[in-house]
Amino acid sequence: MMKKTTAILVGLGLLLTATTAMAKDLHVLNWKGYGTDEPFATKAFEAMTGDKVVNDFFNSEQEMLTKLRTNPGLYDVVMINAAFMQQALEEKLVQPIDIKTIENYKDIDAAKATSTMLNVDGKTYGVPWTWGLTTIAINEKAFDTPPTSIKEMWNPDHKGRVTIRDDAVEAIQLGALATGQNINDIKDIDAVKTSLAALLPNIRTFWSSENDWNQMVASNQIDLGTYWSGSAGRAKTKFKLPVALAIPKEGAVGWLDTFAIPQGAKNVEGAERFIDYMLSPDFYTKWDETVGAPVSANARAVAALPADSFNRKVMGAPAVADRIQFQEPITDAQREDYLKLWQSLKVGTN
Amino acid sequence: MAVTGMTRTNGLKKALPLLLPAYGWLTLAIFLPLSAMVYFSLLTTMSSTTPSLTLANYAAFFSDPLYAVLLLRSVKLALLVMMICVVIGFPAAYVLAKIFKGRAREAIFLIVILPFWSNSLVRVFSWSMVLREGGILDVVLNAILPFKVSVDLMYSYPAVVIGLVHSYLPYMVLTCYLSLQAIDDALIDAARSLGASRTTILRRVIAPLALPGVLAGSALIFIPVIGSFMEPRILGGRGGTLYGTVIEDQFTAVYNWPLGAALSFILLAVVLAILLAAAPVLRKAA
Repeated sequence: MMKKTTAILVGLGLLLTATTAMAKDLHVLNWKGYGTDEPFATKAFEAMTGDKVVNDFFNSEQEMLTKLRTNPGLYDVVMINAAFMQQALEEKLVQPIDIKTIENYKDIDAAKATSTMLNVDGKTYGVPWTWGLTTIAINEKAFDTPPTSIKEMWNPDHKGRVTIRDDAVEAIQLGALATGQNINDIKDIDAVKTSLAALLPNIRTFWSSENDWNQMVASNQIDLGTYWSGSAGRAKTKFKLPVALAIPKEGAVGWLDTFAIPQGAKNVEGAERFIDYMLSPDFYTKWDETVGAPVSANARAVAALPADSFNRKVMGAPAVADRIQFQEPITDAQREDYLKLWQSLKVGTN
Repeated sequence: MAVTGMTRTNGLKKALPLLLPAYGWLTLAIFLPLSAMVYFSLLTTMSSTTPSLTLANYAAFFSDPLYAVLLLRSVKLALLVMMICVVIGFPAAYVLAKIFKGRAREAIFLIVILPFWSNSLVRVFSWSMVLREGGILDVVLNAILPFKVSVDLMYSYPAVVIGLVHSYLPYMVLTCYLSLQAIDDALIDAARSLGASRTTILRRVIAPLALPGVLAGSALIFIPVIGSFMEPRILGGRGGTLYGTVIEDQFTAVYNWPLGAALSFILLAVVLAILLAAAPVLRKAA
């Protein structure tokens, strides 16, 4: 009797471990609606590997870091903006990635793949996935020839017809570009302050979502404003709005999103395959076609897009590459200082 | 004695199943999160796994004039919205309670509470269609008026006030309606038969009796408006930075929950102080 029970228990145990070994869960942490949770992608990945993708989301990079800190071992893949990688590394939240297992890695643009933000002591911690720009976009109805300078936003002709995002870091970096400074090493913060204070009277309102921006153009309420490259592309191609990206001579802010594997991940093998799939031309072309995506870090994936696609034609232009200042890490203290400065500018108590 | 004591415990026992759901829910849904927020407000940081306790977040309010300026701005906005609600809401409630009867009353009532049935975000966004340049208000006014006017209230302080008044007016109408309806018509008739003028009746009979309703409505409006952040953010444009939006920024933009929580509790303290100061008036009215 006793023996039988033990046998059954052992059998059950074996069965359980067998099922878990066969179909593993793959826990992914990312922004909501940002590629990894597209139903077509999770389905395709499950069909390919048998691993079930379980998505979890964050609303800010700080929240992402906190989720990694408080749930060690829960996530297998995490999407980290390159500017936040340093903090994740310092706190030992991510582990080195064996890039040999990621086939598409070799097609990633070398400058991005070897970025010092992602590689430390010869080990790779982040695999570049997508990138994009925060720059200015125009309402084509308001311009005969697109402006070449960021200063156009300060032009009194556009009084009450300019918009910028209600985001302290973006605002300060815009001020830095306008005053000819390096966005990652702002020396003269007072100049930024003065410049932004001068810009405020021109501002119609602050936008917070893509929809805000597009609606203001659709009802012809704005002439120009800061915008994200991917959003401008979507506005033009998907919503047929008169929106064009203008990458000013002063430069544009670039951001780079990467995939990392958290420390203690249970399904590292699945994570490597997932990252590889996310970089594949197969996934990328479908993502860009059905939803609209930022630019893939994989050159082969971008080349697989139609020749006239925004991400290939506009973002791939050599002039663009020259003007990008990639965003580097910002400390929490800096971020809070920026927010305070931005709030006081908005309230006018300076 | 023994008998009354027993009935009392008996009564409590009987009441317990009725009380438990409400108090259980209150404990779960209000007390626990609020205590967690008190704890957060005393932390140095959310980002480290070993934060220490501090009062620095509360001190931040006093060390930077920004927060006081914003709080004052929010208080002013709340007072303005509240007063507009009284001016618009009281006459409407009076007409509902004393003049309309039957079907007409039901119909008007429906119009008053209709906004309650729609999502507040939808209401705010529909205002943005009305108020903007080339929006509904602009088009209608230009169609009626012989001269050209340009109405563009969107992204301004008036837009915030309009949106908030619209959202909170039903509270004022409903509370005023309840207290006005309770006034015996015979009192008004008696005053009239004794030769009181209309204004005297309003001033000496109706207003004092309706005061509790007006005050309750005012409190119901003042408290949420002072911490409002959605309407200012969507309708206010660059003038829409208020105390509520700054608290929201701490939670969503910089993930500084400790400061956000501390600012919220300071707001709570200010609201309580204002209500306490108003308590003698309230008691007299009740």
